[in-house]
Amino acid sequence: MTVAPKHEDYDVVVIGAGPAGLAAAAISAEAGLSTLLLDENIGPGGQVFRAIASTPVTERSQLGADYWVGADLVQSLRASNAEVIQRATVWSLDRNLDIAISVGGASAFVKAKRVILATGALERPFPIPGWTLPGVMTAGAAQTMLKSSALVPDGRTVIAGQGPLLWLLAAQILRLGGRIDRILDTTERGNYFAALPHAFAFLTSPYFAKGLSMMREVKAKVQVVSGVTELSASGDGQLANVSYVAGGKRETLPADLLLLHQGVVPNVNLAMAAGVEHRWDELQLCWSPVLDANGSSSVAGIAIAGDGAGIGGANAAVVRGRIAARAAVEALAPAAAAKLPAMATLRADLAKAQRGRIFLDTLFRPAPQFRIPSGDTIVCRCEEVTAKDVLDSVAIGATGPNQLKAYRRTGMGPCQGRLCGLTVTELMAQARGKSPQEIGYYRLRAPVKPITLAELAAVPKSEDDVKAVVRG
Amino acid sequence: MFRRSEQDKRPQVQIFVDGVAVAARQGDTVSAALLASGQDARRSTAVSGAPRLPYCMMGVCFDCLVTIDGVGNRQGCLVPVAEGMQIEIQKGKREIGR
Repeated sequence: MTVAPKHEDYDVVVIGAGPAGLAAAAISAEAGLSTLLLDENIGPGGQVFRAIASTPVTERSQLGADYWVGADLVQSLRASNAEVIQRATVWSLDRNLDIAISVGGASAFVKAKRVILATGALERPFPIPGWTLPGVMTAGAAQTMLKSSALVPDGRTVIAGQGPLLWLLAAQILRLGGRIDRILDTTERGNYFAALPHAFAFLTSPYFAKGLSMMREVKAKVQVVSGVTELSASGDGQLANVSYVAGGKRETLPADLLLLHQGVVPNVNLAMAAGVEHRWDELQLCWSPVLDANGSSSVAGIAIAGDGAGIGGANAAVVRGRIAARAAVEALAPAAAAKLPAMATLRADLAKAQRGRIFLDTLFRPAPQFRIPSGDTIVCRCEEVTAKDVLDSVAIGATGPNQLKAYRRTGMGPCQGRLCGLTVTELMAQARGKSPQEIGYYRLRAPVKPITLAELAAVPKSEDDVKAVVRG
Repeated sequence: MFRRSEQDKRPQVQIFVDGVAVAARQGDTVSAALLASGQDARRSTAVSGAPRLPYCMMGVCFDCLVTIDGVGNRQGCLVPVAEGMQIEIQKGKREIGR
């Protein structure tokens, strides 16, 4: 519940209660380490297991067996001694492993010997014309409402994009009696050939049969248009039409709701603000932290597990959480590690969970025109900066995302670059003929989520703190 | 845009949106309750005044910003509804003091 942490010091603090965080906190606490699990949402589960402890969807088959796996993870966590705080927003983490948390409008501070970041992923920006219109949302948003509140689309609904989540969402909406008018598949035709050499591993992974049957289930009920090469939304203050090109032919259909999805990318804000080194991942087209085999980052004491460590899916996230937690136990209480699953076993589990990932990454690599917009299409939703604005700034001397802030305030609104950062990096890289790695990313700093000045002012301070800033 | 599935048996919670009573369900976030209400819940942006509705529903996009019980710029998708909660649709930027 929304109460402050019980202690000031913990052996292990896990941030994020999705698959990786739930698994990590349970292992750490079972091994006897004092463990605090912090999570921003109302209940545990993260996005994949969203509302796992409270969903009003009681027909278990509608959400699918993969969802209910989350209930076992929550049960293991609850059986352990881990302290869990929901609705806790971590707004700072630094190299000393000092953590600032906003809980119920007040800030609390804890220090950890080890931090496991399990802040997961967010949906890749999908900057098409009209993507800021009311009525345009992410597929994940619709899935969140479906899982946590049993809400389904009932107006004219179009789903557009690509990737496994899109088909899962479509199947879930149909099972709950929701409406989908059309699915627009933006997978590039060339990707099928590029992915072919990796197909064997995928064919023998558990995802293959499940994915195929789900696509069949959806295609039996909804018109699916593949090979979509252009996409836009339009309307006056509200979505009215979705327009697309497939096979060289343009079509426009009236719509009340457009759900967009082109994969997920690591949620890097907290890790980057803590100083964790990240590199551009050319296959997954996103920033991924530089990690060793245990998930340890470039900052001593900080490990990253789950999709925040590079997209691997829920099964891999659980195993990465266990690996990071086991490594923490080995470091802090070696004797207790003997009771845990062997590292070799966990690594074998991870290899199995990651089977077929390269195939999926290659097949669902989003097309350039859906990542790198042009003209009046909005790049930065918060500050309402268009692609043309960004290119104009490059033309008069903006060299990278941090310089661009001074020109256009991109990334300086409340979302702190979460919805524009990747687009800005790729757009500027293309305009300047550089690689995304060379162009870089926003320099992120605490607070990584906005907090009020009143909350900051109410933070307990010593006489020395006051003297340091008072004149005279 | 959205409707509730019949299997949802959660108890009702009454909230107020710009003074008008709206029936939500226990466990709804403010944003989910607004989208389910069928009412016009569009905020307007601080920069151009353009209308917006929640986009991500998972705490990252800040398009769900709303005034809750007198406090502005709250992320409606992260706050659960409570009986008698007063919601105001935010027009433009947050006001000083709220």
